[in-house]
Amino acid sequence: MERILFGDNQFFAVNHISDEKSMAQSIRFKEDAAIIRTLDYAMEAGINTFMCTTHDRIANICEVIRSQPDKYRDFKIYPCMPYAHKYANAVTELGITGTIKQYVPGNFFGSLFKGGVAFLSKDFLSIMELLIDAEMKMFKGINTPVIFLQNVITDLLLGLGMKDVLVAFHHYVQKKYNAEAGFITMNMPKLLDVLESAGIQNPIICSSINKAGFRMSGGKELYEETLRTRQFRAIAMQVLAGGAVSPREAIEYVCGLPNIESILFGASSKTNINDTASLIHHYDGVFRPTI
Amino acid sequence: MVNVGLIGAGKMGISHLAILGAHPDVNVVGVCDTSKMVIEAMEKYSPFPCFTDYKKMLSQAKPDAVVVAVPTRFHASMVAELLQLGIHVFVEKPFCLKPEEGVELIRMAKEKKLVNQVGYHNKFVGTFTEVKKLLEAGAIGEIYHFMGQAYGPVVVKAKGDTWRSNPEEGGGCLMDYASHVIDLVNYLVSPVQSVQASMLKSVFSRNVDDAVFAMMQLQNGVSGLLSVNWSDDTFRKMTTSVTINGKKGKIVSDANELKVYFKDAACPAGYSRGWNVKYVTDLTPSVDYYLRGEEYSAQMDHFIKAVEGKVPNLLNSFESAAQTDNAISLIRKAQP
Repeated sequence: MERILFGDNQFFAVNHISDEKSMAQSIRFKEDAAIIRTLDYAMEAGINTFMCTTHDRIANICEVIRSQPDKYRDFKIYPCMPYAHKYANAVTELGITGTIKQYVPGNFFGSLFKGGVAFLSKDFLSIMELLIDAEMKMFKGINTPVIFLQNVITDLLLGLGMKDVLVAFHHYVQKKYNAEAGFITMNMPKLLDVLESAGIQNPIICSSINKAGFRMSGGKELYEETLRTRQFRAIAMQVLAGGAVSPREAIEYVCGLPNIESILFGASSKTNINDTASLIHHYDGVFRPTI
Repeated sequence: MVNVGLIGAGKMGISHLAILGAHPDVNVVGVCDTSKMVIEAMEKYSPFPCFTDYKKMLSQAKPDAVVVAVPTRFHASMVAELLQLGIHVFVEKPFCLKPEEGVELIRMAKEKKLVNQVGYHNKFVGTFTEVKKLLEAGAIGEIYHFMGQAYGPVVVKAKGDTWRSNPEEGGGCLMDYASHVIDLVNYLVSPVQSVQASMLKSVFSRNVDDAVFAMMQLQNGVSGLLSVNWSDDTFRKMTTSVTINGKKGKIVSDANELKVYFKDAACPAGYSRGWNVKYVTDLTPSVDYYLRGEEYSAQMDHFIKAVEGKVPNLLNSFESAAQTDNAISLIRKAQP
């Protein structure tokens, strides 16, 4: 994975601290061209990996990328699935069964209920595979070397003790998409314990890592200890802690930690993209001069 | 360790179950749902004992406490049954369909000295707890007006019917969405005493309201407005906010951001004259396990600690939730 990954929250009005900013972003990125322009700024800053949720609008972005193979030759996308609000809002309205009916492609689901015959439990993983395929459709022809499970699902499965489903995700993206599985989580130490116990070695885990300790469940010290002593491929996200830490301080902290392979950040303007990338290069020069 | 059972593994139930599953003081002794699909998935992939009949779960698993997350119309009878058996209860919001049902449950819980809590999670959101602190300290002077709002994209086009689209079963924006805002106003300012006027509008739904607007008066004499709409897809997810006007200042808060305006320099420590902005990131204590928001873990932790006798059973008691049920009923009656 590259040292810097570019995120997509700013494109989809995801702002963890301000609903007003979130609306402003929604206005700013109304047109797909504004997203593409920002991705180009990131590429100019040397960032060639876009880590994005499987939001409907990403399909349009993929279309643009496919249409200019030369320009995007080195460009990679790390899909993060699912776009949970789509499902969450549907569950509120349709219930769990109704939502699966709506989103599982074809009449697979209908066939399960045929004649009122109870279906075999092994089919749940098939449903998951179908949902993954549905989410991956938009990325056809695009380089997606790592495919992530969004934190709301990773953490839900973690809390429910559904280790086998995490493992099944890991194996399926490898088998079907020749990609590595990544897991986004707000509970990194707990998740690492579970993945390791399930035999997944050196997993890719993307989690909140920031000087403020924001969304670092179990505490900042435990996270630092885990980074120091355990083997996994860490991606730091929410490094600015939603704005609670100044950019310089935030990047200095993250670059100073051991074992962080990549740093994920999103920004809306060319200046912010360049400034953040420069800060990372600067502090990497201080803390990791040999790399 | 507290032995906990869960009845109703829908959207909220599953979320509670994951939080319970990760809680160090909780032993999940049973999960019950009538959906065969959900129970079979749980049976196969989770470590929890599963049931399709809650009575069987109660008799076999013998929980100390039960989380009830079934459709609202079942709350009253199910909670009564649990209290009768001496089981502590956490029940999802809204509490009961009719205010009179709540009265009996409050009495039973008191008589049997059982912990009782309702899932109004906003009281565990850092910005709103800070608003509560400011108001209790009288920081913005005498309050004369409030505005409670919530918007989100739940029903954004005409669709088929579910229990949520049946008013008899607790469906609709007033019961499901507006209840959060009403409960927050009840808590932060004062419980709703009367409703001067209200409008319940259907935007896309056939049988239930998708939007609620009301003018209300609270027990402490303060009056204000309620504006809630779950058919607004300019919001990515549910967004709840309160604005409170006082004679010495004003508070505008949602779950992410708290803005406080002080007219003069006499204000609490950490604040100054003019606008002050604080973020939930600074106001929210971190939790041991996170899912969808610190507040969900914090409210369940509060319930478990109350069962263990480590904290008093004050926040989100049946009593406070019954006041919200009462306000819901007043809003319904005040329609033209």
